[in-house]
Amino acid sequence: MSELSVNHLLGIKYITNKDIDLIFETADHFKEVINRPIKKVPSLRDVTIANLFFENSTRTKLSFELAEKRLSADVINFSAAQSSVKKGETLIDTVNNILSMKVDMVVMRHPNPGAGVFLSKHINASIINAGDGAHEHPTQALLDSYSIKERLGEVAGKNVVIVGDILHSRVALSNIYALKLQGANVMVCGPNTLIPKHIERLGVKVETNLRKALEWCDVANMLRVQNERMDISYFPSTREYTQQFGVDKALLDSLNKEIVIMHPGPINRGVEITSDVADSDQAIILDQVQNGVAVRMAVIYLLASKIKN
Amino acid sequence: MSQKVLLNATEVNIILHRLACQLIENHNNFSNTVLIGIQPRGKYLANRLASILKEDYSISDLKLGHLDITFFRDDFRRTGKTVEANQTKIDFLVEDKNVVFIDDVLYTGRSINAALTAIQSFGRPREVELLTLIDRRFSRHLPIQPNYKGRQVDAINNEKVKVHWLENEDEDAVYLVTS
Repeated sequence: MSELSVNHLLGIKYITNKDIDLIFETADHFKEVINRPIKKVPSLRDVTIANLFFENSTRTKLSFELAEKRLSADVINFSAAQSSVKKGETLIDTVNNILSMKVDMVVMRHPNPGAGVFLSKHINASIINAGDGAHEHPTQALLDSYSIKERLGEVAGKNVVIVGDILHSRVALSNIYALKLQGANVMVCGPNTLIPKHIERLGVKVETNLRKALEWCDVANMLRVQNERMDISYFPSTREYTQQFGVDKALLDSLNKEIVIMHPGPINRGVEITSDVADSDQAIILDQVQNGVAVRMAVIYLLASKIKN
Repeated sequence: MSQKVLLNATEVNIILHRLACQLIENHNNFSNTVLIGIQPRGKYLANRLASILKEDYSISDLKLGHLDITFFRDDFRRTGKTVEANQTKIDFLVEDKNVVFIDDVLYTGRSINAALTAIQSFGRPREVELLTLIDRRFSRHLPIQPNYKGRQVDAINNEKVKVHWLENEDEDAVYLVTS
């Protein structure tokens, strides 16, 4: 029987295409489960999961928590804002304290890139990276690819452009890994200042003209400008950014084909996309949110099956 | 490994018709009854019975579904391997319906126990019955018995009952395999 090649989901970089296929197949079944009148299965009734959020999150945290509860796991939540981290406790100490309460799995978001990898070397529980700084956000990339597959039938051979703040985006990096792994063609588009140097080495095209990028692509994944991670000014003004890299209905209608619009949220309406685009049939933003629960259920289920009882 | 034939194609066919007739005796025109094939192997039997009921006995309005019990199993993380899930396809609610579970082999009863929990996600059935092609006697772990059975088999633990279906294995037959 198939199982994941890894014991943790630390990043897309560490998994294989076969793993992605298995996750998607399992997610298909969970998508059916969450559309039943009773949306819960008892698989993980003897598993305890700690959601450790050292950085703010709304939808990812809710999505993970819902996925865990739909699988009947016991869930404990921790957010750094109200914790001993503020009193100077180290990451390993914090996590070990939580694990000594017999926790089997950790879902962690942390502002430092590599926090998940670091932790996996020091503790026994299975770890799911829910975002580590500007590094990776693997479940977001998985649900993005799953949503593309659902809408377009397959990911392989499709042209996907990721637009916006590539430099500060963990969603962009995980998406690049995931899309390349599945055989899609990937382009990044944004102001020069927000595109990391040497990103071509990951096998992606770079484009600074949004219209050209949209004409090339089947799917445009619009990212938010992450003002909270910006230490300096990367573009003159939000208004100028919107003029060059914002997508509105007129721009979409002027293309000679219909492209799919994605957004990992939260949306800054009127900045990276306008309201009429976000709410149009071309946008699969709310599908992404629904698929997020199914994909996360699949990841948790498959990793939990590898935890020694 | 040796195997012996328990039922050949003709015998399977006779049994299927008998089971179909027994279902009609108890469920009349099936207006308040649904047939649920338990995945992965029960679906072949359920599909076959449904087509016999429709084609040979003119039951026109028959509700048929397939139920996967993978996420309801009681041995998750206990067998050391991940069990792949199958598709659940139930396009109706079972609220206040007579449900007939259909599976090819009844062995320990644990799958049916899981199915009893799983079906509750689709409503509260009025009554649940069990139909099985092969009933392996004396091997039950739980107090579960079939209401309709094709053939009873006394098999010891290192023996396995394998049901072949025309749709999947190119023949209708039941084998007793000794490892």
